[in-house]
Amino acid sequence: MSLTSESVYEVLRSVMDPEVPVISVVELGIIRDVQVEGSTVRVTVTPTYSGCPAMHEIEADIRSALLKAGATDVDVMTTFAPAWTTDWIGPEAREKLRAYGIAPPGRAEQGGLITLTRRRDPVQCPFCASRDTRLQSEFGSTACKAIHVCNSCRQPFDEFKAI
Amino acid sequence: MAGHDDEEAGVAAGSASAVTINVAGTRGPSFGAPLVEYVLRLGDDRLVLGHRLSEWTGHGPILEEDIALSNMALDLVGQANMFLGLAGELEGKGRDADALAFFREGVQYRNALIVELPRGDFGFTMARQFLFDVYSVLLLDALASCAHEQLAAIAAKSLKECKYHLRHSSEWVVRLGDGTEESHARVQQSLNELWRYTGELFAHDEIDAAVAALGVTVDAGALQSRWDNMVQDVLQRATLSVPTDVVMTMGGRRGRHTEHLGHMLAVMQSVARAHPGATW
Repeated sequence: MSLTSESVYEVLRSVMDPEVPVISVVELGIIRDVQVEGSTVRVTVTPTYSGCPAMHEIEADIRSALLKAGATDVDVMTTFAPAWTTDWIGPEAREKLRAYGIAPPGRAEQGGLITLTRRRDPVQCPFCASRDTRLQSEFGSTACKAIHVCNSCRQPFDEFKAI
Repeated sequence: MAGHDDEEAGVAAGSASAVTINVAGTRGPSFGAPLVEYVLRLGDDRLVLGHRLSEWTGHGPILEEDIALSNMALDLVGQANMFLGLAGELEGKGRDADALAFFREGVQYRNALIVELPRGDFGFTMARQFLFDVYSVLLLDALASCAHEQLAAIAAKSLKECKYHLRHSSEWVVRLGDGTEESHARVQQSLNELWRYTGELFAHDEIDAAVAALGVTVDAGALQSRWDNMVQDVLQRATLSVPTDVVMTMGGRRGRHTEHLGHMLAVMQSVARAHPGATW
């Protein structure tokens, strides 16, 4: 079976984020380029967070999935520009996050500096859909998540934070 | 290299006349090309501060803060990895980020002194983080549009993360400053201790001038006045006062550090040096 760019993307759609195993690396928006030459595949990935420890595992998962699919040589390259943004996560993937119990990200702040006094709109609870929630901490169980608590259903929940 | 550092030159002048011995050798404060030096400064600030924050892992005052400090540490070490990787590439001597992090001596580190001070109490950690975060966000924002493509890309990526850090640290400074008598007194004391290390962040030297000629232009004066405004605004809301009449202490950018860095590196580098080249 010869590989094509499309078939490589198809394989990558089965490689899940190890920390959030309901969305694939393609849905996460970190696959920036795919080049195929015969059975040699070059995949360019952009990291989510600079220090995300899952990136090494993601690279290893991409490599082994493509080798299993018939590639003989897999090159996983890294690019930093343009910097990853959660705006690249599509509507379908956002619904998957919500169903998994993680509030999907809002729109990322564009450029410029931050307003320190900015009050964030409450994030909708992924369990009961209430907007009566409060931010507990902008840092959660992984680099990409914030912790909120729902005042209606009393459930603490993660938010995939906008970046 | 020679003539770049006073101490090294002093030693060489006093040594035997027939043979010139580079006393410093590979352990001395050797200075590289300006851009390498400049990127090392960016990387070392983040590596050292990231390590200081990581010392809180398992020791945070509350669970959420333990997690937040560890997350910020991870971001900073990740950013250091990118900057040091670039520095190694620019240097062209085959050193990667790990080689630079684990196999340089204290005198070869280029971080500002403020990041190497021991973590102190939670108030000290947050006050330092806040002062650094404002600087970092402003600097990275400027670098994100510099002419060096790779440097700009790393800066743009790091900036997004540092905005989260700044929001966090500034909120804590307000909470602690405008909190109890005890928290106010402690964070004010921390600010008083930290203030003399802030001047170094805006010192403009020949390295800055040399990289500006390469298109890496940061207006240190403008950076400082924006920093002053943002810091004052937050401190005012925190009911804290800005220390005045402080003589600034510098030296880190040229490898002259406080005694604290050596102790920190001894811990940070011990595993890599006990098992050089180990992988897992």
